[in-house]
Amino acid sequence: MDPHPNTVAARAEAPEVAWARQLLAGDASAFTPFVESFQAKIFQYTWLMCGQREDAEEVAQETLMRVFESFDQLRDPAQVKAWVFRIAKNYCLMKRRKSVFAPTRELSLDELHPNHDGDGQTLQVADAAERPDAAMLRGELGERLERALRALPESYRSVVLLRDVEELSTAETASILEITEDNVKQRLHRGRLALRKELAGYLEAVQ
Amino acid sequence: MNPRQAPDPECQDIFARLSEYLDGELSPEEAAHFEAHIAACPPCVEFVESLKKSIDAAHRFHSPCAPEHVPAEVAERLKKAWAASLARRGPEK
Repeated sequence: MDPHPNTVAARAEAPEVAWARQLLAGDASAFTPFVESFQAKIFQYTWLMCGQREDAEEVAQETLMRVFESFDQLRDPAQVKAWVFRIAKNYCLMKRRKSVFAPTRELSLDELHPNHDGDGQTLQVADAAERPDAAMLRGELGERLERALRALPESYRSVVLLRDVEELSTAETASILEITEDNVKQRLHRGRLALRKELAGYLEAVQ
Repeated sequence: MNPRQAPDPECQDIFARLSEYLDGELSPEEAAHFEAHIAACPPCVEFVESLKKSIDAAHRFHSPCAPEHVPAEVAERLKKAWAASLARRGPEK
């Protein structure tokens, strides 16, 4: 078993880090990929936190404008993603006019235990001839995952989005959300358990 | 791993701290202890695999709603802001 699929040390340099280095050196060839990549990431984060398409588009554009206005202040290109998301989170907060990490409901470990009664919806597939197409199942998994992410209490959703969807480190996530690393770890684990419980039936069917 | 049927303390510990194990945040001794238990506990293997699949699905998640391109006029404003920022900094030494 590979137990550590998500450690920072195991990751090669991300494309956005290379683009940031190029942009700091004045290389315009990195401009479009940087903008399009971060626009999509910021939109997705805000869309899942705010739920309004117009807000997500505005936050993405306002964040990118702030990023480029202060690009000379980026000291470490390796931290570019965390820097951009710190700005995005603040614009998202202003848009919502309330905290994205104010806990609305605590998830207890007890309610997240695996058990046959509550472990998501299990697909009933009688035989191979009736098995749904794998691509269709992956599409359905994506839709279910988006619904499951939206259903998470906000304080857990923001952590899962930054740690597992954007693959930022525990320290980066703690810094962006201004919470402790222990808090990130606790919210991440409970958020993951909630997603697993919601997706369990689909995860068995989609290999 | 079903706490209602088998409240094994080691299963409960894995349930409570599995993310720390998967993220490489346990000490080598704690990780070895987890691995020794998981190797002999089929329900824990099943649980670990399902959580890993769920995390992998989150890693691959891309909202179909996200726009692929930036409007040309917005890109132009962003590019001007970038150029102005680098100009303020001056040439690299």
